[in-house]
Amino acid sequence: MTVAPIPRLRARRGHRSGERAAAYAFLTPWLIGLVVITIGPMVASLYLAFTRYDLLTAPTWTGLTNFRNLFADPRFTTAVTVTVRYVVISVPLVIVVSLAVAMFLNRAIRFLAVYRALFYIPSLLGSSVAIAILWRQVFGATGIVDRVLGFFGLHHGSFIGDPSTSLYTLISLNLWAFGGTMVIFLAGLRQVPVGLYEAAAVDGAGTWSKFWHITLPSLSPLIFFNLLLNTVHAFQSFTSAYIVSGGNGGPADSTLLYTVYLYQRGFVDFRMGYAAAMAWLLLAVLAVITALLFATARFWVHYGDEAR
Amino acid sequence: MAIRTPDRKVATAARSATRAPHPGATLAPVPLLMRPSRSRIVRSLSRHAVTIAILVIILYPIVWMVAASLRPNSEVLGRLGLLGRVTGANYVSGWNPTSTLHFSRFFVNSLVVSGLSVVGNLFACTLAAYAFARLSFPLKRVLFGILLATILLPYQVTLVPQYILFSKLHWVNTYLPLVLPKFLGVDAFFVFLNVQFIRALPTDLDEAARIDGCGWWGVFRRIIVPLSLPAIGATAMFTFINSWNDFLGPLLYLSKPNLYTVPLGLNLFVDASGTSSFGSLFAMATLSLVPLVGFFLASQKLLVEGIATTGIK
Repeated sequence: MTVAPIPRLRARRGHRSGERAAAYAFLTPWLIGLVVITIGPMVASLYLAFTRYDLLTAPTWTGLTNFRNLFADPRFTTAVTVTVRYVVISVPLVIVVSLAVAMFLNRAIRFLAVYRALFYIPSLLGSSVAIAILWRQVFGATGIVDRVLGFFGLHHGSFIGDPSTSLYTLISLNLWAFGGTMVIFLAGLRQVPVGLYEAAAVDGAGTWSKFWHITLPSLSPLIFFNLLLNTVHAFQSFTSAYIVSGGNGGPADSTLLYTVYLYQRGFVDFRMGYAAAMAWLLLAVLAVITALLFATARFWVHYGDEAR
Repeated sequence: MAIRTPDRKVATAARSATRAPHPGATLAPVPLLMRPSRSRIVRSLSRHAVTIAILVIILYPIVWMVAASLRPNSEVLGRLGLLGRVTGANYVSGWNPTSTLHFSRFFVNSLVVSGLSVVGNLFACTLAAYAFARLSFPLKRVLFGILLATILLPYQVTLVPQYILFSKLHWVNTYLPLVLPKFLGVDAFFVFLNVQFIRALPTDLDEAARIDGCGWWGVFRRIIVPLSLPAIGATAMFTFINSWNDFLGPLLYLSKPNLYTVPLGLNLFVDASGTSSFGSLFAMATLSLVPLVGFFLASQKLLVEGIATTGIK
């Protein structure tokens, strides 16, 4: 009796340490990537933000010069303004349209799978170079949009070449790919218990109050999720702006999204320190936005297990 | 929705009337009982009509591009409609439009990069996901927190030093900078997706396999991998799509045209051709979308359910 527990204990300890070793073995590729490809470069980029570096000569410490130059740089101000306009207009638009179409589709049961797949296709293609090339044509001079408008006597000319409309062509491209967000809302709508609507109907609730008191609160975790991801992604848009503007953010810097400018500074002018400073500013801004979203979440995001 | 409410009320009224015939209300419901079936058909037809109309507007540019790519070069931009003479000439001329541009090459390159990216992501992400979902080890919470944080990390923050690192290693003009990070699980989102999926699997089978003498690797290979095929499929599809569409990575690391992927080839084609050969440009753009749509349609159900579950959980 006194002998028996000892091997068992030892066996169990062996089991534990075996599990640890196994866990770290499974994690090894990810851990190497985390250190070498993610955290290491993050730290290096923070250091570079305070240096001048052209890739050929060693980086020289310049303190806050990069940041001072940034705030004095009119093109940087333009890039920030353009990006903020892009995010502030396109993200809410995508959320509202996705939610509206999802609610509309949630009723038409037949062929739902087909419709859902067709709505989803643009979101697969939206970030491709091919679609950006198509967009240049669709919104260009004699493009589809101008022709349709011309039919109603509303000729405009090229929307891409006009600085006052060019950003909206990018916004429309982002909106065009709303299917991915819509599919998430649609899945969420299917989870809302029908009983809630029936109970509300018994209590005499109308369509609007059902939407306001049942649909929106039930979907609020998904609205939060989509809002967060779409915002973070919109701040990082690159390909469509690069292709539609021919690589320079034009005309007149009207589509100079933040990442397009960062790319120009870092990899065309080889001002690596400047680009690193821009990258860390972006990280700081996104961190603040994410923190704000999470901080406000408890006022408007409702989870199913809470009392409504 | 505004149209629907009165009908819904009518329907409820009619239903409650049939269930509990109220002496005073017997007259009113009778004409109303006739209405729902006809108006329901009209309503459902109009719903389908609206849905199809929205879809036509959304998908029209793509269909127009495909149609334009099949027209003779002189007529490519000439019309808004879809019908007209059909020719495959643009596909022939676009395949090798200039002496430096060879789309056959670009497609092979893109397939290699995307294929290796898929293999890499599946390798690193499922392994790490199994550890996070099933095994206990020190610092698990901290590491999982870091994993979640890196999902939201903007790629720009690591872009410059990564470029410096890979160029010091003389990996510019190789596929290593595009592919190696996948083998190291840098796309944290896919680790998370698989963790969520594996967590939802019952642990009974794991335990049974352990009792039968399986090691951790055995449990992973024989139990976890076969059961999480939906998550693995979603990871593979999304990795393929992201890597097929990736433009910035190849733009940074590939400068020799014989290494170009399809997006870089298209970009070069735009610069080289200007407005002269829209037909062949559209033909190649159309071809570049075929793998995306093809794979999507082949695994439509899987994909849509994949994002739906990650959205909810």
